[in-house]
Amino acid sequence: MSSFLSFINDKRVRDWFYQIALILLLVGLAVFFVRNASENMVKAGIASGFDFLWRTSGIEVPFVLTNYTQADNILALFWVGVANTMLVTVIAIVLATLLGFALGIARLSSHWLLSTIAGAYVEFVRNIPLLFFVLFWYFGVIAALPQPRQSIGLFGVAFLNNRGITIPLPDAPGNFRWAALAVLVSWLCYWLASAWARRRKERTGQDAPLLAIGIGLIVVVPALAIAWASLATRWDIPVLRGFNYRGGFVVIPEFVALLAALVTYTAGFIAEIVRGGIESVAKGQSEAASALGLRPGRILSLVVIPQALRVMTPPLTNQYLNVLKNSSFGAAIAYPDVVSLFMGSALNNTGQAIEIIAMTLAVYLVIGLAVSALMNWYNARIALVTR
Amino acid sequence: MTRTSSLSLWRERLFGTPFTGFTSVVLVVLIAWIAIPLIRWAVIDATWVGSTRADCAPGGACWVFIRARFGQFMYGLYPVDQRWRVDIAGIAFVLGIAAVVLAPQRLRLKLGLVMLVVLPPLGIWLLSGGFGLRDIETREWGGLMLTLFISIYASLIAIPLGILFALGRQSELRIIRLISVIFIEFWRGVPIIAVIFLASLLLPLILPGGIGIDRLARAVIGLGFVIAAYMAEAVRGGLQALPRGQREAATALGLNYWKATGLIVLPQALRISLPAMTNEFIALIKNTTLVLVVSILDLLGIAQASLADPNWVGMNMEAYVFSGAIYWLICFALSRWSRSLEKKRRL
Repeated sequence: MSSFLSFINDKRVRDWFYQIALILLLVGLAVFFVRNASENMVKAGIASGFDFLWRTSGIEVPFVLTNYTQADNILALFWVGVANTMLVTVIAIVLATLLGFALGIARLSSHWLLSTIAGAYVEFVRNIPLLFFVLFWYFGVIAALPQPRQSIGLFGVAFLNNRGITIPLPDAPGNFRWAALAVLVSWLCYWLASAWARRRKERTGQDAPLLAIGIGLIVVVPALAIAWASLATRWDIPVLRGFNYRGGFVVIPEFVALLAALVTYTAGFIAEIVRGGIESVAKGQSEAASALGLRPGRILSLVVIPQALRVMTPPLTNQYLNVLKNSSFGAAIAYPDVVSLFMGSALNNTGQAIEIIAMTLAVYLVIGLAVSALMNWYNARIALVTR
Repeated sequence: MTRTSSLSLWRERLFGTPFTGFTSVVLVVLIAWIAIPLIRWAVIDATWVGSTRADCAPGGACWVFIRARFGQFMYGLYPVDQRWRVDIAGIAFVLGIAAVVLAPQRLRLKLGLVMLVVLPPLGIWLLSGGFGLRDIETREWGGLMLTLFISIYASLIAIPLGILFALGRQSELRIIRLISVIFIEFWRGVPIIAVIFLASLLLPLILPGGIGIDRLARAVIGLGFVIAAYMAEAVRGGLQALPRGQREAATALGLNYWKATGLIVLPQALRISLPAMTNEFIALIKNTTLVLVVSILDLLGIAQASLADPNWVGMNMEAYVFSGAIYWLICFALSRWSRSLEKKRRL
C-alpha cells in the first residue's frame, strides 16, 4: 500500500501520467474530427485523396508567369499561385526594405522637419489595417487612373492606366538568360575574391582593392550584361489599338495595388526596426569613431550599421515572413496568389477542402521554416564572438 | 524674450546650415504639394450639409454621404429600432471594465472574474436576442460594432489559450513543450486570411453532421486561435523576464505548480507582458478586417460595400478616409496606452 502511494506521489510518474493523458485526449479529438469529416464528405459525395490534382483545371488566370493555360491540370494552377505569391513577396520585400531604411534613418536625422515627417508616416501607417491600404490602392487610386486612351506614359515605353501597367516585353528571352548567367557568375567571382582578400589580409595584413573590384563585379558587369541584352533584343513595345494597348506585358492592377499596399505598410514597420537597431548601438561607438576622424557617412556605414544589423536581423526576418503571409491579402482584390487561386477557385471547383487547405498552408510553413533556418545560420555567423 | 528665443530656435532647427536649409525648403514644398490639395478637398471645398448626392459640390469631399450612412458604418444592417441593444451592450462593457479598474485592490480580482463570467454571455444575448428580445441574425450585424465584437470575443479565446500555451512552452514536461511549440509555430506560420477560410470551411466539416455553426462564430474561433499563438509569444516574453527565483521560492514555500503559477508567476509576468499583449490586440483589431473574405461586413467591409450604392457613386475616398480615421484613432490610442505602460514599468 505504501509502495503504491509512493508510486502515485512520485513526481516522474505523475509527469508521465499527465503527458500521456494529454496525448490520449488529443488523439481522441483527432479521431473524432476525422470520423466526422469522413462521414460528412461521404454525405457530400467527395472522395478524399490527391487525385484531383491531375484533373483539368479549366480556370483562367489573368496573370501567369509560367506557360499555364486553362487546359492544364490543377497542380499546374497551384504552381501558378505559388509563383505569383513569390513574385509579389520578393519585389515587396526589396522595395519595402529600401523605403523602410530610408524612413528609419530619416527618423533619426538631426533635421527636425525630416525626422518629424518620417515619424508621422510611421505612426500613420502602423495604426491602420493592411487591408485598408490594399482596398485604398485598388479602388481608390488605381481605379481613379485614366482610361487606356489617356494613359500616363512612362518614357514612352510603359503605360500606366486603370487596367494596370503595360510594360514592353523582349521578343526572345534568350539574350536575357545569358545576361542572368553573367550576373550570377560575376557575383560568384566577387564572393570568391572577397574570401581571397580576407585570407590574404589575415596572412599578410595587406588590403586588396576590394571596393573597386566590388563595384566592378557587383554593379558594372551586371549593368553591362543587362544593357547588352536589352539592346541586342527586339522589344515588343505596347501600342494603343482601339481601346487598349496591344503587345507588351500587362502588369495587372491587382498586382500593382497589392505591391503598393505591402510596400507602404511594411516600410513603416521596417523603419521602426531600423531605428531601434541604430539606437541600440551605444553612443560611445559613434563618438569613438568620430574621435578617430571618420566622416559621418563612414561612421554610419562602418561602425553603426554593422552593429545595428546584428540587432535588426531577427525582427527583420519576422517582418519579411509577414510580407510573405500578408501577400495573401491579395485574395481580397482577387490577385491570383496561391490563396485566391487554389484555396478560392480550385476549392470551389473541386470541393476538396482538406487537401487544398493542407497544401496551401504547407506552402507558407515550408517557406517560413526555410527562411528561419537560413536566418538562424546567418545570425550565428554575424553574432558577436565572445572569447 | 521667450518669443525671440523660440524663433531663433526654429531658425536654428530649420536653417542652421545651408544644407539643412535646402532640405527644409524641399520638404516644405513637398508637404505643401500634398497637403494643400488634400485640405482643399477635405475641408474647404467639401460639402457638410445636405441629404443627397446632388447637394454635393464637385471637386470637394461629400461628407453628406458619411452623415447619411453613419448608422450603417456603426451598426451595419442591424435593425434601426433595435440598435439601443448594441448601445447598452457597449455601455455595459465600458462600465464593467471601469468598475474593475476603479475597484479597491483587494476586490479587483474577484470583480474581474465576475465580469468575465457575466459580460460575454450578456453581450451575446443583447446582440443576438432570445429570452424576450427579438432574434437578430449575425448576417445583419456589421460596421464598427462588429469590428469591436470580433476583436473582444476573439481575444476572450486568445488570451486564456495564449497563456496556457506560453506556460506549456516553458514547461519542464517535454511532450507538453513540444505540443505547445507546434501549436504556436503552426498558427504563427500561416496567413490569417487562410485561417479564416480554413475556419469557415473546416469547422462545419469536422463537427458531427447537423451541428450548424454560425458563420461569424467560425471567423471568431479562427481569429482566436491565430491570435492565441501571438499572445502566447507575448506572454512568453513576460515569463522569461521574470527571475527564476520567483517560482523557485514559491515552490520552496510548498506551493504546487498551479498555485505557484497563478499566485506568484502569472500576476508578475502578465504585468510585464501587458504592453506586448496590447500590441497583439491592436494587430487583432487590424486583422479583423479580413472577415471581408467570408462576406462578413465589419467597419471596412461596410465602407467597401457602401461604394456599390447607385445613389452614391464615386464616394470611394470619403468612405476610406472616414473608416481609416476610425481605425487609426482606436489603434493609435491603444498603442499610446501600451507605450505608457511600458515606460511606467521601465521607471
